[in-house]
Amino acid sequence: MLTELRPALVLLVALTAITGLAYPLAMTGIAGWVFPAEAAGSLIERDGRIVGSRLIGQSFTGAGDFHGRPSATTAPDPSDSAKTVPAPDNAANSGGSNLGPTSAALAERVKGDLDALRAENPGQPVPVDLVTTSGSGLDPDISPEAALFQVPRIARARNLPEDRIRALVSAHIEGRTLGLLGEPRVNVLALNLALGDLARK
Amino acid sequence: MTLNGWIQIALFCAVVLALVKPLGGYMTRVFSGDRTILSPVLGPVERGLYRAAGIDARHEQSWLGYGLAMLGFHALGFLILYAILRLQDWLPLNPAGQAAVAPDLAFNTAASFVTNTNWQNYGGESTLSYLAQMLGLTHQNFLSAATGIALALALIRGFSRASARTVGSFWVDLTRCTLYVLLPLCIVYTLFLVAQGVPQTLGPYVDATTLEGARQTIAVGPVASQVAIKMLGTNGGGFFNANAAHPFENPTALSNFVQIVSIFALGAALTNVFGRMVGDERQGWAILAAMGILFLAGVAVTYGSEAAGSPVLNGFGLAGGNLEGKEVRFGIVASALFAVVTTAASCGAVNAMHDSFTALGGLIPMINMQLGEIIVGGVGAGLYGMLVFVIVAIFVAGLMVGRTPEYLGKKIEAREVKMAMLAILCLPLMMLGFTALATILAAGLAGPANAGPHGFSEILYAFTSAAANNGSAFGGLSGNTLFYNTTLAFGMLVGRFFVIIPALAIAGSLAAKRTVPASAGTLPTHGGLFVGMLVGVILIVGGLTFFPALALGPVVEHLAGAAGQTFATGG
Repeated sequence: MLTELRPALVLLVALTAITGLAYPLAMTGIAGWVFPAEAAGSLIERDGRIVGSRLIGQSFTGAGDFHGRPSATTAPDPSDSAKTVPAPDNAANSGGSNLGPTSAALAERVKGDLDALRAENPGQPVPVDLVTTSGSGLDPDISPEAALFQVPRIARARNLPEDRIRALVSAHIEGRTLGLLGEPRVNVLALNLALGDLARK
Repeated sequence: MTLNGWIQIALFCAVVLALVKPLGGYMTRVFSGDRTILSPVLGPVERGLYRAAGIDARHEQSWLGYGLAMLGFHALGFLILYAILRLQDWLPLNPAGQAAVAPDLAFNTAASFVTNTNWQNYGGESTLSYLAQMLGLTHQNFLSAATGIALALALIRGFSRASARTVGSFWVDLTRCTLYVLLPLCIVYTLFLVAQGVPQTLGPYVDATTLEGARQTIAVGPVASQVAIKMLGTNGGGFFNANAAHPFENPTALSNFVQIVSIFALGAALTNVFGRMVGDERQGWAILAAMGILFLAGVAVTYGSEAAGSPVLNGFGLAGGNLEGKEVRFGIVASALFAVVTTAASCGAVNAMHDSFTALGGLIPMINMQLGEIIVGGVGAGLYGMLVFVIVAIFVAGLMVGRTPEYLGKKIEAREVKMAMLAILCLPLMMLGFTALATILAAGLAGPANAGPHGFSEILYAFTSAAANNGSAFGGLSGNTLFYNTTLAFGMLVGRFFVIIPALAIAGSLAAKRTVPASAGTLPTHGGLFVGMLVGVILIVGGLTFFPALALGPVVEHLAGAAGQTFATGG
């Protein structure tokens, strides 16, 4: 029995130490040295404060900012920890809505958001990413169409010419990788930071 | 569907195919015990491990000894993982102060990782400490993947050897796979991921003050090292709750492309290892061709359905496909492709929420898993699952012409066919049996988040995913309950070991047989006729079993959605 158990025990302990400790710890060391900013989470600092991560969506609700996609993330209900309450862009509890294609709740939510957006910018087709939640609830991007769709509202709120904001959006469009992979997109946090700089000038 | 979409799919297929031969050649050398380019570095480590463990690398095991070694190893690994999860609040590297994992969730998670399922009833960033993620989950990701490959090798040796009593040494296969294949690839892969933006830090969660002045707690951690092995080892368990949809697990279109390729890379290359070891690479390509046909059919349906979008939402005048639960940087095609790949292999990582897929878009992932994940499949598991189907296909072909069937010079007899059927039948028993149970018990019906046929699909998907050791989910199901934690864990254990043990028994009995020379009446197994036959048997034997259940879920939902019908919960 012991002769059969010894290989199992020794290999399990040794391989666990190699793959479960040595490997992640060595990778942490090397990554922190070669790619310090990325390894720490691509954080963005302004005036000495961390304002977020380039990769993590955050909530924007003001009329003068570009809005990200709706987020379905939740947080524990402070009054009853067994329940959850909506907490958009909660970067400590990622997740999607998980509503299916025939869900009445989904249809209702999308309809409500659509009506609000159509009132804001009448006559323009509403880009689909502005009324659908992402898989992570932390999507940092919107489509270029979704950014352009919001330009009239922002121009009104900030009293800036639409052309300048549109130019800002164009400058922030990231195309497909190698012209092939993924989809064109605009990082909302980066765009809003640039918008803030533009407004200050 | 767009031209760019199909180009992305074609590029993916081309890269995977280009990797088959080099990776297959390298792995063949590793598992034949030959010297490789890494031997000067890893040879001393390998020999040191054998010495400490008292292993004679030349001593091989019978199929039974191999199986017992594997089971003993897993039992110990299970206990250690369970202990780490239960004690994580007492152990170091817990900056977020996570509490001990509850007993039923710890049981489920331990079963899930030991069986290469990685079902996520745990919430990642909201449940587990860094130590539990690294020492607990990451190491099981390596070992369950290495075990899958080891078992495929045992079965390959069954075909390639004649009149032999042994099928290899489990200890040697496990060690060499971990050291020479998984670890070096993961080291390079981790650094690539970090360069793309995946965090790799032991620092605490970051507190940011957003531009609007709100506080945002951003979960970070040693993410990249785990993501690398979860993809390469087709494990799929996320560091974060949202898995590969989370921008920190999968930040760019390029990281996404590499992740999809890495899910298929080793599994596809194993068909080449098989071909090389049985002395005819065409045999491996024939199996890969059968996998490829089923794969492309699945991609076409899912991509088409997701690009067309949900009829209900399209009714509001929306265009651009179904983007609910998908990320902008991936869009429709990369999300649909990921979903088909992750369920064709037994990976289970997701870059979009399958629960929000259109009815037909979500149907394909379910079928992929119900067929036993033999389309490339989990590392190792896909190949031995496919070889089990090959035996049945050969048997059916033999019945048609009235000859004793043979494959690669081995006569396929009653024992092999019985074992193959046992392995094939345990999956529907677990998937459909537990689904039926859950739909009549209150504890089961409490799970689904969606009403109507989609709620049924959520339950069916869960047990399908568990028994197939996939781990992806229709995530709306509240699976972290006593009922689901235990039934799903049971389904995973049966789905893993009741396929493995018959597969090993087949390996043992094949290895012992003499090789008979091919004659004029032998069915060639490297041509189009055989590939077509194999695909047919897979669809008929594997697929028809599930048709009634699928009709109740996705098919009904598709028809209801097309008619504009929606379903409200609690109504």
